[in-house]
Amino acid sequence: MFFQEKGYLEVETPFRIPAPAPEAQIDAIPSDGWFLQTSPELCMKRLLAAGYPRIFQICRCWRAGERGTRHLSEFTMLEWYRAEADYRVLMDETEELVRSAAGVDSITYRGTHIDLSAPWERITVRAAFERYTGTTAEAALAAGTFDELMVEEIEPRLGIGRPTFIYDYPASCSALARLKSDDPSVAERFELYLGGLEIANAFSELIDPVEQRSRFEAEAAQRAGDGKHGYPMPEKFLAALADMPEAAGIALGLDRLVMVLLDAQSIDEVVAFTTEEL
Amino acid sequence: MYTAADLRKGLKITIDNEPYIITHFDFAKPGKGQALYRTKMKNMITGSTLDRTYRSGETFEPANLEDRVMQYLYKEDDHYCFMDNTTFEQIHISEDAMGDAKNYLIDNLQVDVLLFREKAIGVDVPNFVNLRVVQTDPWVKGDTSGSDSKPATVETGYVLRVPPFIEEGELITIDTRTGEYSTRVKG
Repeated sequence: MFFQEKGYLEVETPFRIPAPAPEAQIDAIPSDGWFLQTSPELCMKRLLAAGYPRIFQICRCWRAGERGTRHLSEFTMLEWYRAEADYRVLMDETEELVRSAAGVDSITYRGTHIDLSAPWERITVRAAFERYTGTTAEAALAAGTFDELMVEEIEPRLGIGRPTFIYDYPASCSALARLKSDDPSVAERFELYLGGLEIANAFSELIDPVEQRSRFEAEAAQRAGDGKHGYPMPEKFLAALADMPEAAGIALGLDRLVMVLLDAQSIDEVVAFTTEEL
Repeated sequence: MYTAADLRKGLKITIDNEPYIITHFDFAKPGKGQALYRTKMKNMITGSTLDRTYRSGETFEPANLEDRVMQYLYKEDDHYCFMDNTTFEQIHISEDAMGDAKNYLIDNLQVDVLLFREKAIGVDVPNFVNLRVVQTDPWVKGDTSGSDSKPATVETGYVLRVPPFIEEGELITIDTRTGEYSTRVKG
């Protein structure tokens, strides 16, 4: 309903694909020579390029080796893409969607009160490092401690009291996002947090096929350096990028959103069967 | 050899040549970042706890622990001597490694010995053992001091609180998990 009223078309794209985006830190599960999608991103962007300006999809995604109280290697994703928009438009739209899904002004998640009706916090990655760590985002990246500090020091403090959008990630953490025109050291990417839990990741889409190819090559090189298997280059996606309009897209973990709304301690509580129960 | 992806609650690994058991485990991964494996673990010798976060690709030596049923023979200086009843092999365990178990050792007691790299790191005694009281003050009838227990020394030298009616020479049952008096053995 939310999406229909805004003129979004529901789409379905194949789960099993020959060439996932070659991202350094996301591992696809092989399936008879192809792969199970880690996200419907590439197919949905091809639909944008084919002339569908507002599309959404709820589908299963798979990521190898991801299992914990906040992760299932098979999970449910809500992705939507909007042409002629940037990540700021999506922040507003995400706020509206979460409020509408919650149907209440405030929730309590793991003992933390979260006021959904107040203006949501918006903080840059750079400012979050300054506020919550003893170092800068640049120094942490150089020292290889960026991810640890995010997980240990920053994430637990986001979305407390009210939801938080953390935005403008270092360019190197954003393989498919557009760089900021007035500060190319960061990409126009944000994540949404409620009660310390990451709910969604979004960005203004990179639509330059040449730049996208070189980013993929860099990610593939890192995968090779880490001893991980490679993927075929997603050539049809790269070819379609030339026709893709300016757009922004977002991937929202539906299981995570349900966890927060139901105050679940573990993702296990919001699915009928976990991997271990099969 | 384990990798970070094998980490889970209950797994036993070796760090700095000491065995640890993982007591809490969670997987964390910032958005597009690398996988992090967050653990809390307990040193199986000292009981001290440790918080560690690992990255994918890190490897660990398993901690291979062996549990053997053995019989207590005697104490020599600061060592306790035990024998495996099937192989007749004898081992010595230091007073430190014995922990509270030393309070309950009487000849021929069957215990579970936990071994790490062939070195004993812990001794589990039965939950209940019967020990004879060797010293305690007599119960004065009509004592109105209000005290409902008194100290008593048992044959191993261990001192605990017992009810006032317990007399020297009596056999009592002790709960080894708490170290407290449980009941009097009628005999």
